[in-house]
Amino acid sequence: MAFEIPVEKWTAAVSALTIGAAEADGGTRTSTVTVGGETTLPFLGFEGDTPNRPAIAMEVLDVPPPNYPEPLSAAFGDAVNDPAVWAKRCVEEFGADMVCLRLAGAHPDQENKSAEDCAQAVKSVLGAVGVPLIIWGCGQPDKDNEIMPRCSEVAAGENCLLGTATEDNYKTITAACMADGHKLITEAPIDINIQKQANILVSEMGLDLSRIVMFQATGGLGYGMEYAYSIMERTRLAALGGDRMLAMPMLSVVGPEAWKAKEARSPEEAAPEWGAAEERGVSWETTTATCFLNGGTDILVMWHPRAVALLRKTIDSLMGEEA
Amino acid sequence: MYAIGERINGMFKAVREAIQAQDPEPIHDLAKQQLAAGANCLDVNVGPAAADPLAAMEWLVKAVREVTDAPLAIDTTKPDVMSKGLELAGPGSVINSTKGQQDQLDIFIPMAVEHNASLIALTIDENGIPRDANGRGEIALRVVAAAMEKGLDPDRLMIDGVILPVNVAQSTPNHVLETIRNIKVLSDPPPKTVLGLSNVSQGTQLRELLNRTYLVMALAAGLDAAILDVLDTELMDAMIASEVLLNKAVYADDFLKAYRA
Repeated sequence: MAFEIPVEKWTAAVSALTIGAAEADGGTRTSTVTVGGETTLPFLGFEGDTPNRPAIAMEVLDVPPPNYPEPLSAAFGDAVNDPAVWAKRCVEEFGADMVCLRLAGAHPDQENKSAEDCAQAVKSVLGAVGVPLIIWGCGQPDKDNEIMPRCSEVAAGENCLLGTATEDNYKTITAACMADGHKLITEAPIDINIQKQANILVSEMGLDLSRIVMFQATGGLGYGMEYAYSIMERTRLAALGGDRMLAMPMLSVVGPEAWKAKEARSPEEAAPEWGAAEERGVSWETTTATCFLNGGTDILVMWHPRAVALLRKTIDSLMGEEA
Repeated sequence: MYAIGERINGMFKAVREAIQAQDPEPIHDLAKQQLAAGANCLDVNVGPAAADPLAAMEWLVKAVREVTDAPLAIDTTKPDVMSKGLELAGPGSVINSTKGQQDQLDIFIPMAVEHNASLIALTIDENGIPRDANGRGEIALRVVAAAMEKGLDPDRLMIDGVILPVNVAQSTPNHVLETIRNIKVLSDPPPKTVLGLSNVSQGTQLRELLNRTYLVMALAAGLDAAILDVLDTELMDAMIASEVLLNKAVYADDFLKAYRA
């Protein structure tokens, strides 16, 4: 008897959303990114549609990254001293679909940059590249409430993706997002229940569910990747089963997490038996990204250009778009 | 759970009067209120007193369609009225209902296929309501076989184990729970199960408590759908909480709000 692939009948779809606004839509972007819209688990073409390619965002910081592993410093060189130059390289040389500007310098433990400094960084990156922008706070809730409204304001009309709203801190960023016509990232600590609650809370403020991207704090390969993966899979199953409060596209922060692993970042002389440092780091990042791709993620925030190239090839093949 | 709102029924005075006076306003209100309360589908029944059931159904379905595209469960035993209702309601409707005897299945299964509708089948046949779960299971099996033969997918079938008022037949609630569990193994995919919930408490005191408690028990047994009073907030709260406790819905602190959003 011929093998018949079991096909699941899903009742619902992931919502689709577009980031970036071209001139016709009131922005200045030369390209936009649409993600989501899946009607099946990742890439099960025999069962449903994956209408939009997962998008690759490359992360750029507003300050030179402290303790950057050598392979990354080598890849970006002096560009890390200026977010606009850095972003330009990510887009023009490495083909990033989006730039994720993380305002790390605003953190009180870092340079404690002002809202105005952060807004300047946003403006300079918007001016340097035509791709859509993710604007990500420094992670310190009070400081983010100070800087994000101003950053949102200077990017009004550009339809950026702002991050992040959490269960405990969502009002300021959600209000800014709504006022300036952006999209919003809701974040949870690898916890599907808190993720859902965060979505309920921001939607209660009046933000339409179709403007949300979900982020489960990512774990890298060897450091909780499987937890993040299984949460993503459960989230996607809930979405396809009709849970509107979990039916949004998902985002994974791959680069920073993967390169936290000692296997990725240790210099060659510290562990010669592990082989070339660049190969390790790039492999670690690519493996983590590929795993999340299969967990259903829609936007991947990446670091190393070679990992980006490998990931793009993987996406091409999974989408049936191989050259 | 697939919630079918029971309130657009000519047995209720307000609906009966609206039909008689051809006043769509109360029907519009009931449709909107039930959907807002979490109904996935609206039952539409002209009631036993309608002078011309066909004309009344036509008017009633049109009145509901003026305010919503939600699926409708056309509730009548008369094939011509059913057919008219389905035609006006459109694809995705529910036939409520057929009995399990062959002559009825011969009419309603092809009608479900033709109108791309789901079919509620009562476990009643020419011999009446079976005494126990086995008798109900036998009728259900016959219905599933007939549906498959005529090209109606089992998952578009909803088997109703026929609950009787607890003050009339106190052993029935248990039989129906057993029936719900048994039906899950009849086919792959299995047919869905449904209950006309309010019947369990017909003629009793403390109706809401009985409805609510029995719904939770039936959901735990695997019930997929119910025709019920979605405007009973505590009943719907119990249903929503059950889905969370049965791991059918993902928990969030505001899980009630999430369901109703």
